[in-house]
Amino acid sequence: MFPLTRHSVLLSIASPEEPQRRRGLEVLAEAYWRPVYKYLRLRWGAAAEEAEDLTQGFFARALEKGFFAQYDPQRARFRTWLRTCLDGFVSNERAAARRLKRGGGAALLPLDFAEAEAELAGSAAWPEADVEERFRREWVRALFAGAVAELQEECRAAGKGVRFALFERYDLDPPPEGRPTYAQLAGDFALPVTQVTNHLSAVRRDFRRLVLARLRAATGSEDEFRAEARDLLGGMPP
Amino acid sequence: MKLADAAVERLQEALDWPDLSGTRYEPVDVLGRGGMGTVYRARDRELGREVAVKIVRGTDTAPATAERLLHEARVLARLEHPGLVPVHDAGVLPDGRAYYVMRLVRGTCLDEHVAALGPAPGPRLRIFLRVCEAVAFAHAHGVVHRDLKPQNVMVGPFGEVLVMDWGVARVLDFEERTGTGTATATGTGTGAGTVMGTPGYMAPEQAAGGAASADQRSDVYALGAILRFLCADSGRRMPRPLSAIVEKALAEDPERRYAGVPVLQADVAAFLSAEPVSVHRENVLERLARLLDKYRTAVFLVLAYLVMRMALLLWAG
Repeated sequence: MFPLTRHSVLLSIASPEEPQRRRGLEVLAEAYWRPVYKYLRLRWGAAAEEAEDLTQGFFARALEKGFFAQYDPQRARFRTWLRTCLDGFVSNERAAARRLKRGGGAALLPLDFAEAEAELAGSAAWPEADVEERFRREWVRALFAGAVAELQEECRAAGKGVRFALFERYDLDPPPEGRPTYAQLAGDFALPVTQVTNHLSAVRRDFRRLVLARLRAATGSEDEFRAEARDLLGGMPP
Repeated sequence: MKLADAAVERLQEALDWPDLSGTRYEPVDVLGRGGMGTVYRARDRELGREVAVKIVRGTDTAPATAERLLHEARVLARLEHPGLVPVHDAGVLPDGRAYYVMRLVRGTCLDEHVAALGPAPGPRLRIFLRVCEAVAFAHAHGVVHRDLKPQNVMVGPFGEVLVMDWGVARVLDFEERTGTGTATATGTGTGAGTVMGTPGYMAPEQAAGGAASADQRSDVYALGAILRFLCADSGRRMPRPLSAIVEKALAEDPERRYAGVPVLQADVAAFLSAEPVSVHRENVLERLARLLDKYRTAVFLVLAYLVMRMALLLWAG
């Protein structure tokens, strides 16, 4: 599912082989398309249809022109650089005042815009001062959502559905009255408390592994990966 | 998959959640995060009590951080005092992170607690004396804190005062303590040139020469800064004997500071009991005011007696 590691995504995008370039783009798009779409809707004020076209168009143009390959890790975080590219792309598209017809008029990537639109319900426009942080938050949300889906699939395939169920009850979606104790979980799942502890430890370890793998693929350099990992784990000093 | 903001926050927490499988502790929630690690409230299943577990952060794989955390545990383990948090256990988790288990301390940091104290100096100085007791005890056992500040002092709901965060403490050996041999010290990545401490509370020699140059008098300086914080925060003008104590403790030159915490402690206790302090020569008026303050009950009784006598004399005659 996620074989590209160690920033090889950026190398793939620069590859002369079209299939490899496209694979790299798919991985990047998976991590970034939702933040991109929401940014277009809430920062650029694009209507849903225009934002869909611009999102597809942006990634199509990236594949066509290979501009992600020009990224220089010395100058900015990849996330910030991508947003700068996006701003330039949207400005040009709007100035030309033309509808986007990239990828031969067909959608390049199978993106679920309806789901992203549902997530936007009731959201206010992003104020200028908050753009960087909002974009980061959406990017983290997309990163986690992908890792959770992959974790669920891994647990299901390994016949460890109970692990994911415990993770869901304790970390992902605890009841509104608050997190259950391990003893309560043990009672509910008819397991010894020690097994609940072990399952939760293992599933969190797997979740961390999946998040870090995605993070590594979605960042531009080892330094950036480490910086982003530190941010995700609480902003500790190096 | 749609994730709400709260779910994203919980997942972020889960990323750093420690793997306590194989131990008797079950993490409950996060109590706080510091530069070195995260402190969790945890349940000790064997003894059925709550404890605090301090654990190195998930991404911090630097051996120096693990060593520093275990160093803190060892420092605390050798100091048994009511003003210091007792350590129950220490080790390395299956995920490679160092941890130690200590008593769960409930309370607020001194910088927040002062707001509840009111402007009178008495309660503030009594807390300060308790901090001095703990630090003096550590010094007597060859341990220098090196990062004393109000945020590292915890005041509990029953008035207990605890000095926390011994992560950069320096353990002096016997010769250095007694001045009978070559100075050596153990610490964690805190040798010459490494600056550890907090601006505003860090002694000048510590800021200039690195953590290795810090000794008991560096802690005296930090205590002076804490005393200044406590007195300045009250909003009242600091009495001259007290400002002389602060000035002495905060002297630039370590040689000009109090030679040790007990001497500083004695001066503050003297001020609190309306006794003269060693670092301030009072004038006649100050002496009179101090004596009036010290013997105010007796003075009040004598005055009341005289007024009553006068009233009786006037009534009788």
